[in-house]
Amino acid sequence: MHELAVTESLLAIVVQSAIDNNAQKVTDIALTIGALSSIVDDSVQFYWNHISKGSVAEEATLHFNRIPATLLCLDCSTEFTLEDELTPCPNCDSINLNIIAGDEFQVDYIEIQKEKDKNNETTS
Amino acid sequence: MKQRVEIVRRILDSNEQLAELNRKKLDEHQVFAINIMASPGAGKTTFILQTIAKLPKDLRLGVIEGDTAPVTIDSDKITAVGMPAVQINTGGDCHLDANMVGLAIDELDLDEIDLLLIENVGNLICPAGFALGNHANIVISSIPEGDDKPYKYPNIYRNIDVLIINKIDLSPYIDFRMDYFREGVEMLNPGLKTFAVSSKTGEGFEPWIEWLDEKVRTSQG
Repeated sequence: MHELAVTESLLAIVVQSAIDNNAQKVTDIALTIGALSSIVDDSVQFYWNHISKGSVAEEATLHFNRIPATLLCLDCSTEFTLEDELTPCPNCDSINLNIIAGDEFQVDYIEIQKEKDKNNETTS
Repeated sequence: MKQRVEIVRRILDSNEQLAELNRKKLDEHQVFAINIMASPGAGKTTFILQTIAKLPKDLRLGVIEGDTAPVTIDSDKITAVGMPAVQINTGGDCHLDANMVGLAIDELDLDEIDLLLIENVGNLICPAGFALGNHANIVISSIPEGDDKPYKYPNIYRNIDVLIINKIDLSPYIDFRMDYFREGVEMLNPGLKTFAVSSKTGEGFEPWIEWLDEKVRTSQG
């Protein structure tokens, strides 16, 4: 699996975004992962725990939003969700299908604390 | 107080940007590049060697060989038949990425190449996720691997342009249900162009060579 390479890309995006927004630290990271993206949550979390150490995002919690694979039958327009196995259309048995969701693999947002927040906390 | 920063960015975005740069470089030099993906032992290197042997001699080739271990077994086979080859050792990584391919491209004299064959690391999962900047993607499935591969590794069959079914000379010895295999492929990639070949005997290569030759010449205008 290629989760190490993928998690390194994730860290690069998060750190850049943290710098751009003058973050003191990143507290949360929201990810959307489609069922067809071949990405395993536990594996991303495992690598994250190692490679994020010493970075602005080392204490961040990863939130995984899983999207199931959705197919559209091009013959009868039935939309259906793939469970485990690749199957023909449950309505008309056609194999003329189009995958319309499940490829996603993106960072949706991060939550950060800024330098001035810390100052506010210490003065209050 | 927490502040939310919207990002909405594909995580492999930076790889895709590098792939786009590779593509531009290849286009500038009129090089048609294909990315060859398959499981270990499907016969990628033998397929490349047979393709080299059968292509018209005026087509100039280059080969990039990806492997996880620091060996030059595959690239040696290519240079032995007189073709320029660059070996990429991924250092354990299970796939080639656009950065590795970009570095390998820089080692080749692109003005002397019409067709670049990129042999990806033997793996049916990870290579599917990483764009390289090539013009066509092909997967080689071999008869001994079994007829259930499209059902077990659906992603690799989805965004490809050509499917090669290799080792058809072994068909008499192996229970491979072509209809079942084909139905799985059809659900993932309707109408996918498919060539059944034996890289060992050369059987079935003519239509593939014809397709490839035409693609390369069309791309050069």
